[in-house]
Amino acid sequence: MAQIKMHLLVCGGTGCRASESKRLVDELNAQLKANNLDEEVKVIITGCFGFCEKGPIVKVIPDNTFYTKVKPEDAEEIVEEHVLKGRKVTRLLYENPETKEHVSDSKHMGFYQKQVRIALRNCGFIDPENIEEYIVRDGYAALGKVLSMTPAEAIDIVKKSGLRGRGGAGFPTGLKWEIASKNKADQKYVVCNADEGDPGAFMDRSILEGDPNSIVEAMAICGYCIGATKGLIYIRAEYPLAIKRLQVAIGQAREFGLLGPKILGSDFDFDIELRYGAGAFVCGEETALIHSMEGKRGEPTIKPPFPAEAGYLGKPSNVNNVETFANIPAIFLKGWEWFSSIGTEKSKGTKVFALAGKINNVGLIEVPMGTTLREVIFEIGGGIKGGKKFKAVQTGGPSGGCLTEQHLDTPIDYDNLVAAGSMMGSGGMIVMDEDDCMVSVAKFYLDFIVEESCGKCAPCRIGNKRMHETLEKICQGKGTMEDLDYLDNLSKVIKDTALCGLGQTSPNPVLSTMQYFRDEYLAHVVDKKCPAGRCKALRSYVINADKCMGCTLCAKNCPTSAITGDKKVPHVIDQSKCIKCGTCYEKCKFGAIEIR
Amino acid sequence: MSNFKLQDCHKKQIKDICDSFNNEPGELINVLHKTQGVFGYLPEDVQREVAQNLNIPVAKVYGVVTFYSFFTMKPKGEHAISLCLGTACYVRGAELVLDEFKKQLGIEVGQVTPDGKFSLDCLRCVGACGLAPVVLIGDKVYGRLDPSKVKEILANY
Amino acid sequence: MELIKLTIDNTPVEVEKGTTIYQAAKKIGIKIPALCYMNLEHLGIENRPGGCRICVVEVAGRRNLAPSCSTSVMEGMVVKTNTPKVLNARKTVMELILSDHPKDCLICPSNGKCELQSLAATLGVREIHSVENAAMSTYRKDASPSLKRDMDKCIMCRRCETMCNEVQTVGALSAVNRGFMAVVAPAFEQDLVKSPCTFCGQCVAVCPTGALTEVDDTNKIIRALADPSKTVVVQTAPAVRAALGEEFGLEPGTRVTGKMAAALRRLGFAKVFDTDFAADLTIMEEGTELLDRISKFLKGDKSVKLPILTSCCPAWVNFFETNYPDMLDVPSSAKSPQQMFGAIAKTYFAGKMNVKREDLVVVSVMPCLAKKFECQRDEFKVNGNPDVDYSISTRELAHLIKMANIDFASLPEEDFDQPLGESTGAAVIFGTTGGVIEAAVRTAYEIFTGNKLNKIDFKELRGLEGIRTASIDFNGTMINIGIAHQLGNARKLLDGVRSGMYNFHAIEIMACPGGCVGGAGQPYHHGDSSIIEARHKALYKEDEEKTIRKSHENPYIIKLYEEFLGKPMSETAHHLLHTHYFDKHKV
Repeated sequence: MAQIKMHLLVCGGTGCRASESKRLVDELNAQLKANNLDEEVKVIITGCFGFCEKGPIVKVIPDNTFYTKVKPEDAEEIVEEHVLKGRKVTRLLYENPETKEHVSDSKHMGFYQKQVRIALRNCGFIDPENIEEYIVRDGYAALGKVLSMTPAEAIDIVKKSGLRGRGGAGFPTGLKWEIASKNKADQKYVVCNADEGDPGAFMDRSILEGDPNSIVEAMAICGYCIGATKGLIYIRAEYPLAIKRLQVAIGQAREFGLLGPKILGSDFDFDIELRYGAGAFVCGEETALIHSMEGKRGEPTIKPPFPAEAGYLGKPSNVNNVETFANIPAIFLKGWEWFSSIGTEKSKGTKVFALAGKINNVGLIEVPMGTTLREVIFEIGGGIKGGKKFKAVQTGGPSGGCLTEQHLDTPIDYDNLVAAGSMMGSGGMIVMDEDDCMVSVAKFYLDFIVEESCGKCAPCRIGNKRMHETLEKICQGKGTMEDLDYLDNLSKVIKDTALCGLGQTSPNPVLSTMQYFRDEYLAHVVDKKCPAGRCKALRSYVINADKCMGCTLCAKNCPTSAITGDKKVPHVIDQSKCIKCGTCYEKCKFGAIEIR
Repeated sequence: MSNFKLQDCHKKQIKDICDSFNNEPGELINVLHKTQGVFGYLPEDVQREVAQNLNIPVAKVYGVVTFYSFFTMKPKGEHAISLCLGTACYVRGAELVLDEFKKQLGIEVGQVTPDGKFSLDCLRCVGACGLAPVVLIGDKVYGRLDPSKVKEILANY
Repeated sequence: MELIKLTIDNTPVEVEKGTTIYQAAKKIGIKIPALCYMNLEHLGIENRPGGCRICVVEVAGRRNLAPSCSTSVMEGMVVKTNTPKVLNARKTVMELILSDHPKDCLICPSNGKCELQSLAATLGVREIHSVENAAMSTYRKDASPSLKRDMDKCIMCRRCETMCNEVQTVGALSAVNRGFMAVVAPAFEQDLVKSPCTFCGQCVAVCPTGALTEVDDTNKIIRALADPSKTVVVQTAPAVRAALGEEFGLEPGTRVTGKMAAALRRLGFAKVFDTDFAADLTIMEEGTELLDRISKFLKGDKSVKLPILTSCCPAWVNFFETNYPDMLDVPSSAKSPQQMFGAIAKTYFAGKMNVKREDLVVVSVMPCLAKKFECQRDEFKVNGNPDVDYSISTRELAHLIKMANIDFASLPEEDFDQPLGESTGAAVIFGTTGGVIEAAVRTAYEIFTGNKLNKIDFKELRGLEGIRTASIDFNGTMINIGIAHQLGNARKLLDGVRSGMYNFHAIEIMACPGGCVGGAGQPYHHGDSSIIEARHKALYKEDEEKTIRKSHENPYIIKLYEEFLGKPMSETAHHLLHTHYFDKHKV
């Protein structure tokens, strides 16, 4: 067999697959074969590179060339130019948005420069469907190391590392393990929460798609530490690719004796099963998740008892999310000292964020705790799309809040985000610009919460519905000052009284926008104006008499006959008749219709 | 609600699914996933049959079916259109795209076109935020949408 | 037991570890308002979903408010139950609940009995912030012969769901939908009659609002009483006399047998009879059937089914027809006392009075809602005319008395009419768990052994534990008895019989907690199970005070057999007093 001289890594994450990366792979293979290069050059489908904005991505190893937005039609040129002749295809290289220079090596791209990849360490580097590639990169070495320690010693390392849960509130992972390990039972469970439900967050899926073995390994480590022989991964049914890759990883791990009885020759038995979610955001809450795994409605129950005491089937269960587990093998391989040297005083290590919204570099990034929002948004994220003005960044999904300009230099960690009225959540980061109406954004999140509330407790079931209705009223221009007081009181009461973590944090988007964008609320309520022009009912369409040619097109199309005027004479809109449908705005060929 | 008539062959299919999970009530969600996979939706009689096999009250089955948005009691269209209304898609104008789909298809969210060809639903985040706004038709993802592209996409079907 | 010290509203209190804040507060006389929480401690029934969030309190050092019903005390805890923050939270949550609740309190069947209503008053809700076009969650309404569901009034306390599933294991109801539209309903929001509902009505008994109520038949009674062509007679079940007084402000456990008879007479009933008479008759038939089966069994007859199960309770009958269709030959074929009474009234009594069947209206006053369903069953009709025309609950009777301007307190004590009004102490205790089997044992013992009982009380059969067992010495033959109340316990007992874990000769089952004293037609207990216990004790007291305490000694029963039936299980008796069961399997 010929020696492999070159690897072409093609992103096989969901985003890039949607952009036909599968056909690109077929095309690359065909071209290689046509040039008799298929023995020497290997195309590997990897997990997500993170830089989704520029997908599909092809990375060439060993020279680290990073091609962006590659189409199947480009395969021929890549093979002929780069593979055969060693000349880079410049037009496919990343272009630095400021200098307009082409950057060939990903190491020199702003998007990657500030990143430190622990949880995402293998994503984009290995074939996630081949356990050997994981093993080559020290995979399962951490498990081997842990099996030579006592569970208490291993837990101590996790505790000392300072790792906190990456799924929401940031409970110390080592402490959680310790509690579960101390509860005696004939059967315990390790549960991986892969029910990533925050809209705009996809880090867990990327990890599962790009490096499923790291989760399998970490769960086995956890099982050893807490004395569990069974692991369950609760994963969204909407993630077919992640499910498939997990199944492959679990199957291969069994073949390699890394799951099953007597792992690595020890006395430790451990195996993993998959459980599927069915579309309920609240199942991200651990008690709800456990009920869902038991085949029940995913309603949360009051804690205590905590899952560590009575979880799945009433047995002690330790629930961690995907990203938390992904950090575990690295901590054992490189030591807790190394891990805890990264980050801030109370938040150690890194955090993966899903950057999305009005930002140039949409994608998945991993940065040390303590990185500022400015670094994330402007350096890694490449700033705001279309040169617009930054307005806010929403972190933490529906449980989080909107942060503003004044927070840009705040180092990101659990406590700072909470202090600013938001939270880490699972790490969604949605950037908004001047065109976004913050009242509408708050309404958007409430809409989500209302849709996803389980309905068990009154404050969340009814309170959020009333909040949503009130915000709708405000967006319709019918809001009053009393409505603002009502929102304020309801938010606080829901925070204080809702049953589960999701309910308790559900008012955060409203509270934070009311705090930081009160002027915008007042504009809606008092002036009946939407400064961002997003709220339809608050727009007014007027005809600029200087630009109007009197062509009558707008008048003909107006569904309510609100526009009048003679031919070749500037027209006028009767505001009392106008229903703000925007038809005139779309039809006018002269740009004479303006939104005020 | 539907004209579904449970035949003996359907009973056998449901029994096989339940058997494959050892008729374990705790496997209800997995059973429903498989069953919906076979029938496309979960009509009343199918739920009764599942309850019968798992030896649990059908009220429980219905309670679970109505809790999870993935389960449906209405048949979907031949091509199921799911528009992402995640935050990333929302801030990039998914609502306008949704309006256009409604206009083109003449149906509301949750409905099926009279010819049964399309159904329209919303979902929250498929994780392709880089391509926002995104729509799924069957398994195929269409990204970087704007209202002007809707007609063209539908023409493919 | 480890003790925990804490302070609640500045008062120190010491309680056992594991106690909740709510219980600890109660101990020192602080009654924290609660809505979804319900603890029937005498019966081991608890509903604690933590869903209403009304019982929240402030705990020093905690970032949010704590639900006192489900937060355990901790050493040194400082709890405040009435700070401005707490009061505002409670009131706001109550406002929210009311914002999604119909405001027709004045015409609601639960008006004046509604826990939500009285709590809203306590919390001082005076206005509900109006949001334009605020949504209301509305649902399909449903009326069965026994109960009505108007889930627009549901507040998701989940008590009914707990009763139907955990306590009764009937599984007719479940939480359905999600979020704002979440509600408790049968599958597909279908009619209860299509569900496995047994009409035990325990969902009604615990509903804090007007969402679940009984079907109100009082107007039918008023019309029948006013119809000169009809002779209207009434029978009253044993448990009614121990609870009716509560509706008139009397202490729970006050027996109002005489006043009740007086009130019924004043309402215009032609004859005021007693279901207790039929209870004695039931013992004659069921006791004979029991002895018959046991004797055959002891002689080695393998075709005999043992244990024999009581069949007085209509919800229990519905339950086994739905859940144990393979065991339909196990329960006694004896009709329930209500139906035995109806059958005798419309034959023997009608004949004596020379009244045509169609012109005789039999009304029953029952502690029960399933009786409404039972009296409408086709097998209890002759040419479409039911043996019992209408069954009303204790609550409905109280309502009738009030509507008729009768001052209950000042009524004299009166007796029942004869011949269907005489009863023994054995019949009185039918109204509580263990009572039917004790009554049966008193009679069966004397017939089986031929000896007089020295001691009439069988204390080993009494109590409020959900499942009880005892062996009674029938002169050397040990008769094993099982007793269960609440259908979940019945299920356990029956499954135990099926699996061979138990070996009983006879089993008594009552569907409701505590038996009929805890029936769904009784005055609302509002979560206070001591009320049920008080009624239970009242019935044993009434038994104790009776001169005749064994059914077979009831002179009018003896006369009934002499004049009309012949002997127990005779052909006439079989025709009138026995029934058969149907496979009604449902999921």
